[in-house]
Order: sequence, then C-alpha cells, then structure tokens
Amino acid sequence: MVNKPTRRTDDIIGKDLWNIQLDEQGRLKHFLTIEGLGTNILNQILDTAESFAGVNESVKKVPLLRGKTIVNLFFEASTRTRTTFELAAKRLSADVLNMNISASATSKGETLLDTLRNLEAMQTDMFVVRHADSGTAHFIANHVAPHIRVLNAGDGRHAHPTQAMLDMFTIRRNKGADFGKLRVAIVGDIMHSRVARSQIHALNTLNTGEVRVVGPKTLIPKDIESMGVSVFHDLENGIKDADVVIMLRLQKERMTGASLPSEQEYYQLYGLTEERFKLAKPDAIVMHPGPINRGVEIESSVADGDHSVILDQVTYGIAVRMAVMSMTLGGNIKMQDQEKKQ
Amino acid sequence: MKNILIKNARIIDPKNNFDETTDLYIRDQKVAAVGSAPEKFTADEVIDASNLWLIPGIVDISARLREPGLEQKANIETETLAAASAGITTLCVPPDTDPVIDEPAVVELILRKAKLAKKTHVYTMGALTAGLKGEHLSEMASLKRAGCVGVSNARNAINNPLILRRAFEYASTHNITVFIEAQDEHLSENGCAHEGAIASRLGLNAIPYAAETAPIAQILEMIRDTDIRIHFGRLSCARSIELINDAKANGLKVTADVAAHQLHLTDMDISSFNSLYHVIPPLRSQRDMNALRHGLAEGIINCICSDHQPHEPDAKLAPYPATEPGISSIETLLPLTLKLVENGSLELNTAIASLTCNPAKILGLNAGHLSVGQFANLCLIDPQKEWVFSIDEMLSHGKNTPFSGWNFKGKVIQTIIKGNTVFKK
Repeated sequence: MVNKPTRRTDDIIGKDLWNIQLDEQGRLKHFLTIEGLGTNILNQILDTAESFAGVNESVKKVPLLRGKTIVNLFFEASTRTRTTFELAAKRLSADVLNMNISASATSKGETLLDTLRNLEAMQTDMFVVRHADSGTAHFIANHVAPHIRVLNAGDGRHAHPTQAMLDMFTIRRNKGADFGKLRVAIVGDIMHSRVARSQIHALNTLNTGEVRVVGPKTLIPKDIESMGVSVFHDLENGIKDADVVIMLRLQKERMTGASLPSEQEYYQLYGLTEERFKLAKPDAIVMHPGPINRGVEIESSVADGDHSVILDQVTYGIAVRMAVMSMTLGGNIKMQDQEKKQ
Repeated sequence: MKNILIKNARIIDPKNNFDETTDLYIRDQKVAAVGSAPEKFTADEVIDASNLWLIPGIVDISARLREPGLEQKANIETETLAAASAGITTLCVPPDTDPVIDEPAVVELILRKAKLAKKTHVYTMGALTAGLKGEHLSEMASLKRAGCVGVSNARNAINNPLILRRAFEYASTHNITVFIEAQDEHLSENGCAHEGAIASRLGLNAIPYAAETAPIAQILEMIRDTDIRIHFGRLSCARSIELINDAKANGLKVTADVAAHQLHLTDMDISSFNSLYHVIPPLRSQRDMNALRHGLAEGIINCICSDHQPHEPDAKLAPYPATEPGISSIETLLPLTLKLVENGSLELNTAIASLTCNPAKILGLNAGHLSVGQFANLCLIDPQKEWVFSIDEMLSHGKNTPFSGWNFKGKVIQTIIKGNTVFKK
C-alpha cells in the first residue's frame, strides 16, 4: 500500500481565511481585502495616511521601517502601482526588492509556493503582491512564514484595497469625513474591476449614503446588488445628483469581445462628457484609478477640468500605502508619535 | 469456497422490496438463501450481524481512479481498496484517462489491473468520440465488446451538434447508453464558480445555469425521435431537474444522477477561496441544493454517485481559480447519503436504491440486489455508529476533501465481494 503521509487539510486551505488580516488584538496584520474590516480600521488607515501626507511634501523620508525588506512581487505588469508602493516603502526607509515574474513561468501553484519559499529564505518582511488570479493574496497570506506581512496590490477581479483606500482618502479630503451624506456613482466595467469591488466595500463600510454602479448588463456582475449598491444601466440617471463620479478604465480587450460592440458606441452611451457631468451635483468631483483612456470613458476636458481630482489620487496613493505598510509592519505608529520621540 | 452465514441482519434490498431482520446464506460466492437455510448448508463462518444493516454492495456510476496516466494522484490499487472500505463493490470509471478509453487495449489494461487488486469490481465507460476530441465517432461497438458499459465524452465538449446527433444514432444502433456531463464550454468560459452573489463578490469567473441547462435542453430536443437511452450525470441546477422530469413524462429514456457533495454544499462554501470546494459543475445556491434533494426523493434523479476525483496536494495548493476541480469523495458517498436519511430529506429505502439497484440498472449490470443466485456482493453497516470523518484515516491516495471533521452516523464495518471479505473494520 502506497499511502504516503500527506499534508493536513488545514495546510491546504489555511485557517480562518477572512480574519487572517487581523492579529489577536484586532490590529491589521495583512491587507488583502476591505471586506471584513471595520470602520475603525479604515478610519485608522485614513488618519495615519493623513499624518504621512505632510511627509511627502516636506520631510520626504522617515525611519519607521529602517532595516525592513519589502518585496514587490508582481506577476502582472504594472508601472504605476508598483512605483507608488516602491516610493512608499522608500519614504519609510525600507529596502525594496522588485520582482517582475511573468505569469507563464508560474502557471502552477507549486512554482508560486516555491517562489515564496525562496523569497522567505532571503529574510524578507513583506510581500506586496499583484497576480491575475482572484484569491492569490489570500493564498499567499495563508502560506507565508508567520512574521511576513502580505499586501494585496490587486488579485484578479477580486480586490485592490490600497487603491480603494486612496480613493476614500481623496473623497474625505474633498468632501469631508461624513460619507453618510454622499452619493457615489461608479461607472464602467464593474464586471472585471477589482478596484470597483474594493471601492464598494470601502464606501459601504464608511456608511456612504448611496453607492451606485453604472454600466451595460454585459459589464455588471450578477447579483451585485447584494454588495450594497443600486444598479443603473444609463449614465444620465446613474450620475444624477452624484457627489462623486468614479470612472473605471475600460480595458482594450473588452471592446473586441462579446461584451461591447465598439469604442464609439461605448463613448456615446457611457463616456463622461462635460455636458453629462452637469447632471451631477455642481460641486461633484471626478475620479479615475488610471490610466485614462481619453475619449473612451472620459472627455479630456473633464479629466483635466476643475472638478477632476485624478492627479490627487496618485499623490495620495503614496501616503495611503505608507500608512498600510507602517500599520502592518511597524505597529500603530502615527507620524506625530514619531515626531514626539525624536 | 467458504459457506458463510450472516445472522440476524436487517437486510435492506430495495430491488426486491425486502426489508426484514433475518439471516443470509452464502455458498459458492453467491447468495444461496435468505431467511431459512438452504439444503445441506453447513456454515464455515458465522457472522453475527445483530443490530447491523446488510445492504447490497454499492454501485458507483462515476469514480476516477487516475490510472492510467495520472498515477501521481492515485491508482487502481489504492482507490479500489478505498472504495471497498466504503461499501462500494462496483464502480465505473469515466473515459478521460491518459490514454483515453477509446480503444479496447485501454479497457483491458484497466480491467486487468483491477482484477489483480482483487477489491471492488471495476467497469469502464468508453469514449463517445475518438480521443474525446468531439470530431470523430469512437469505435463504440468494439468498446462495448471489450466490456464498456456505456459511452461518454466526459467533460469534453462536442461543439458540432451534427457530430453529437450522429454519435447518438450510432450508439443507439448498438444499444449503448450515452452518458452526458452537460456543460457548455463557451457559456462556462473558464469559470470556476456558480454565477451569483458569491462569485461576483470574489471576482471569480462565473458559470451560469445555462451552461448546464442549455445543452440538456438541446440534447432532449435532439433525441425526441431516436430510440436512445441518455443518462445525465452530475446535475447541479434546479432547472435541469424540471427539464428531465418533462422528458421522462414525454416518454424519453432519460435517467440522471447527482454527486453526493452537491446534496450538502452550496456556493457559500467557497466564500473564503477554499480550493477544496472547487468542483465542476460548481456548487450552486441553497435553492438548487434543495431542488436536487427533492428531485432525488421524487425519483426524478435516479442515483447518487461519488464523482470521486483524487488529487495530489499540489493540485489544490494554488490560488482558487488555478486549482484543479474535484473532491476525493469515494469514502464519503455512503456517509453523505445516510446523512440525508438522518435529516429527513430522503427515505432509507430510496437512499439505498439510489446507491445500489438504480445505478446498476442504468449501467445495464445485474448487480445492486441480493436475489438468490446473485454473486454475494454486500456490505454490513453499523447504523448507530457515530464517527468523525478524518483525512488521517482516509484510504484514498487523494486527501482533497472538504468533509474532514464532519460527524456521521452509520459506518461500513465489513464488505464482501463474491463471498470474500475484502474489507473489515
């Protein structure tokens, strides 16, 4: 009989999969998804980010994570997100290692685990992970050595929690901390967007008055209402009286498949033009996770206009990522506490 | 050749409408008598089966043993022992081995290995198309002659309806049952989860109901005027049961099965990306699960199978969408079925029939019952035994089960095949 001893079920699936984000004291340990995190944690991230926002303008660098090694583990191409993670880590004085691994080399889970084991052996402290498969960040968090922290920089269509938090930060800076009076519309390809899913969780955790998603039926996932959103299929009604309009990037490959007939028709129906934007509240802001397809989902004059906060989002991205890195890796230290010590 | 007397067992034999506490006599590997002793019978062995159930050996309509071709996952020797320990005395392997069961040599290889293992009887399902590629008909008549009990394209698509229709006609010519696992490859588009709130939240590629129901409806329309037996395996949708019920009412020769795990799990179970729940067809909603249970109780679904798919650990050690689907489920087939009896959703007699005479009839086998003169394939169950299923005690080479830690009531304590004890607790 060749019944070799094999790993226990727990080793395969991991422990309590949602709560692995928090330690015994309820503090943030990994940052994998917004789902399951309370208002207190989200506000803590925003407050900590606020304290770092000043760092970026004047001091540029703090020694919070000196001696720590952070690995950017990107299985999907990305310049912008990786760069902001890298800058955030460097401003916290951590050492950064960038690994760009093409998905083809790691199409098997075995190789992915092997990659992790190798990096662990190099005495690293944090993995920032981007991967094309939903659930990858959870999988990695379940299999890394206990001292290693995992930040999700985007997994498949599932989650992109730091992007969602920088969006919340942007909204809070522009509209104040009371999300209850806000109406937020997320427009475009909800189906394939990890950003949208994380934004929806974050907005609802922060008790946003109304969250809407807008798009054709081919780009709205089934039963999305269960996440706490109302669904609109035409843009005019969807953004009417909105305080915040978030436009999503439409991937080129969606326009050639069965989801949409053409760029032109998409722009005619869902492109955010100046004319249409007038339907939102007079002081509404426009957001976009980037990179923008001008003339596909948004008119240039809107993207560059007075109501656009798109470049703020990029700037805030660094402070928010610094906040999450310091909370997971360095304990709950705010910038002010650091200054007191010095 | 031992003469065996099994005393005082509650013998449940749904085929013969028999359910009494009495004795069963085995002589020359066969059931010699039930009730009173046959002439000139002296027992070489007496088994006291007081407080035990005696049922016909279980017939599993779909269990993958992974041999030939995928021996890193399991092999015929390990899996037929695991099957015997779970009360299964007959099982049928789908044709998607490597090489595919599309020529008699592969059938002979599997049957020879199974015979050497001397455990559970193994039958093979032949490929419906050569190499399961969906392009040319397989040599069905030769496969039947070599011992195949039916033909199937397993989960491989036949995208050209004309080829499917010709395959049906050809199978019908040779009086061969066609076994279908309905799933449209385009509608399911690399999906790994039921289309609904959970998949939307987790961002997993979704498989809509139509991926199963559309091909079933198409096939039912296609066979209206052909005299053919079709068996739809591994149903997952409530709507599929309605379609099959209508077809039966219209006189079509249609039967159906469901995998035991579909009667206990729903898509809620995948909500933490637990790859052990990654199965195809996907776990669907509570409503579907209830409809499957109801369909079984009503006889619209004829039998329960294990859909056994043992894997090596690495197959499940990856992000959920990148894992291989399937559960190592041969050892939970009976426990999960008895659980349905325990919670009141299935009559005991229906449950046993769904595991024995019903699948045997669909496979065209004279098995799954205890008539006098039959080979003595049976198992003894302690119905009161409460136990916890654990991967540490699994005999299957694949430990990929989400049921480790589940409490069950009723356990196989002895399995007899052709009068020989092949497993004893």
